[in-house]
Amino acid sequence: MLLLERRPVDSSLMRWASPLLALVLTVITGFILFLAMGKDPVEGLRFFFITPISDLMGLAELGLKMAPLLLCAAGLTVCYRAKIWNIGAEGHFLMGALGASIVAVQLVDVDSVWVLPVVLVAGTLAGMAWAALAAGLKTHLNCNEILTTIMLNYIALNLLLYTVHGPLKDPYGFGFPQSVMFGDSALLPDLIPGTRLHLGLAFGLLAAVAVWVMFARSFIGFQLNVVGQDHRAAAFAGFGARRLTWFAFLVGGATAGLAGASEVTGPIGQLVPQVSPGYGYTAIIVVFLGRMHALGIVVASALLALTFIGGEILQIAMNMPKAVTGLFQGLLLFYLLTCDAFIHYRIRLKRPAHPSTHSTATGEA
Amino acid sequence: MSSALRLKLENIVKEYPGCRANDGIDLRVEAGEIHALLGENGAGKSTLMKVIYGVVQPDEGRMFWNGHEVRVNSPAQARSMGIGMVFQHFSLFETLTVAENIALSLPPFEARDRKKLDQRIREVSDRYGMTLDPRRYVSTLSVGERQRVEIIRCLIQESTLLILDEPTSVLTPQEVASLFATLRQLAKEGCSILFISHKLEEVRSLCHNATVLRQGRVSGDCRPSEVSATDIARLMVGDDTPISTRVTAAEPGEVMLSVQNLEWQSQDPFGTSLRQVSLELRRGEIVGIAGVAGNGQDELLKALSGETRVDGGSITLEGKGLEKLGPDQRRGMGVAIVPEERLGRGAVPKMTLADNALLTASGQGLVQRGMIRFERVREFSREVIRRFGVRCTGETSTAGSLSGGNLQKYIIGREALQNPRLLVASHPTWGVDVGSAVAIHEALVKLRDEGAAIVLISEDLDELYQLCNRIGALCAGRLSPLAPTRELDIEQLGQWMAGEFDSAEANHAAA
Repeated sequence: MLLLERRPVDSSLMRWASPLLALVLTVITGFILFLAMGKDPVEGLRFFFITPISDLMGLAELGLKMAPLLLCAAGLTVCYRAKIWNIGAEGHFLMGALGASIVAVQLVDVDSVWVLPVVLVAGTLAGMAWAALAAGLKTHLNCNEILTTIMLNYIALNLLLYTVHGPLKDPYGFGFPQSVMFGDSALLPDLIPGTRLHLGLAFGLLAAVAVWVMFARSFIGFQLNVVGQDHRAAAFAGFGARRLTWFAFLVGGATAGLAGASEVTGPIGQLVPQVSPGYGYTAIIVVFLGRMHALGIVVASALLALTFIGGEILQIAMNMPKAVTGLFQGLLLFYLLTCDAFIHYRIRLKRPAHPSTHSTATGEA
Repeated sequence: MSSALRLKLENIVKEYPGCRANDGIDLRVEAGEIHALLGENGAGKSTLMKVIYGVVQPDEGRMFWNGHEVRVNSPAQARSMGIGMVFQHFSLFETLTVAENIALSLPPFEARDRKKLDQRIREVSDRYGMTLDPRRYVSTLSVGERQRVEIIRCLIQESTLLILDEPTSVLTPQEVASLFATLRQLAKEGCSILFISHKLEEVRSLCHNATVLRQGRVSGDCRPSEVSATDIARLMVGDDTPISTRVTAAEPGEVMLSVQNLEWQSQDPFGTSLRQVSLELRRGEIVGIAGVAGNGQDELLKALSGETRVDGGSITLEGKGLEKLGPDQRRGMGVAIVPEERLGRGAVPKMTLADNALLTASGQGLVQRGMIRFERVREFSREVIRRFGVRCTGETSTAGSLSGGNLQKYIIGREALQNPRLLVASHPTWGVDVGSAVAIHEALVKLRDEGAAIVLISEDLDELYQLCNRIGALCAGRLSPLAPTRELDIEQLGQWMAGEFDSAEANHAAA
């Protein structure tokens, strides 16, 4: 009989091996799925994992998708370390895109170096405002943040759809639901000329560094860790849970809002309904896969960015459905959570209890 | 084999990951015998009980019940064999009546006839001098009465072996006396009793035989009435640890802490509210707060620490009002707290000792402009470890890896090194090995002599009498008068613990 028993000490090897194991299992399952669908599995996996990063253009695209994931994940890391389960990065992201767009559309004819910072700050503040709603609901009305943030995501999406179909719709856009193209001074500069890779990735990497400093060096990071590990000890020490909850939510809102703003001022250049392919949700997987660690989320955001691009390539090259991206992301999270169980537990083979125990006892007596 | 031998254990071994809780234990209990099982926390008493009661299965060893080898696979099987157990934490539903609680553990055909059951409960409770009304709701019962429900439940199931896990830790001295009378009568009628305790005087007055455990093994058997408490203590702790502290007389100075008419309403319907609690504390003195568990001790500690804000009354430390401040602000003014729960409140189990120093000592120059000064944190932590003899591999050990006594020394040391003006310590030696308890007592006395005022909340009356200048008792959230230890006899204190005092008198005495 197999027995799942608690390890006396958590396995630190497994803590880092688990994401790798999850990735291997995801690839194996992908292999089987391709086979079952009658596609060439080797070809499929190559299109999904290798082709996207085989040239500079591909790598730039990868960085492009990494930027919003990394920004959202950095903010969520701050929340999750304190065990504040903010699922609302998607909503913060959409509000950030919306807030930035509203300002950018107003300033479409202004030519000044101040336009871009103002637009980005507007997006950041909009993301923070949206996060503040969930923070207030949690600290003042004790509402579960998982539920409120998910619901706020839908409200944000509908607000965005309303705006893009209504007040912000380009009057000369042939009826398409999209805003006017932003002015040049509202657009993020490119990082590598000739590619679409823009400054957003630098924001993401900076956010990752900030997260690293926060949890490795700062007292507030320590306080967030204590709240997450042991809220009674935090109360005993006087680390105000309310204050820290607000802090975590506002950081989460700010980074996701900035991600949204960077997306509309970066590759898109205008507000469109499909501004996010689910970056805010995918960022949750990034945080867990990256072990809530700064370096980890950088690697994990690259991997998850790959699933977006790989999914697109599979759609084009092998005529696979769009769901393939979500499928691989879901598989990865599923296997990760499964493998994570072995950080705290181990499997032991238990011999049939009755006869053997008995015989040992009599044997020694 | 003697037919009177009710229970025999041979070479019981039970291993948990990382710990051999029972390592070859032999035990014999005869019919009508009150047998003590002694040992410090962690010696393996609870594990052995769970083996007998079928909660866990031993890895090795044999168990004989009335001369027949048995294997107990579940508590239900143990009960059907006639083994009854009263746990330290009662398993009663507060919203049900006494009779309903008892009916729950009976087979359906017995539970159905409620009138007959009420009758039986009355018979049993009268017969053994445990007055109890079967119709009362458990939530209205005192802790002592709840224990009676548990015992009566075992007796109605016709148990012939009654296991009691530290039954007196929740009782007043008067309640202890009445419990012992009941147990003696039960034994006389042939019921065997396995009495788990670490209170030596009780064991000496009650038990016929004793088995002493240390580190999972039997370290000795004795007849407790024939040997001294010191001899038994030696068997419990081994040869190389000091057993008691010598406490010098205190020299109290001016008033340090003044608490007036503290009021706090519990939100929990079964919680304890604080009512008109007043006390005054001088520098250089230790004031003891006795009381049966759950009578407002933790609530008082939280009111003093700032974890809860009181609804009324004042807390003044050296003339400055504290009642509106949070825990960190109060700490900044010289308040240090040692809570009852070491892991999960006083320390974060998975964090290192150094990180745990940062939990309350961040004000000692360990943080600068929001950044942690790790070198200073490590230094502070090493200093605590060195000065208080904390046995660990270093400041990078996790708090959860330390034994209870060592972690408690670390927590006391962490607070003591911050030169507190006021220290509030709750059950500082609960579940702590004797050697560490001595070190903790010495640390408290040293702090007192350095001019701190100390509130010591404890259920261990010996500890209170040994260390305190004045003692009072909490009952149902009200505080008795505080009397000088020398003038307070244990009978009087027992009455206070049972709530027999006048609140007005308490206020008067404190003012």
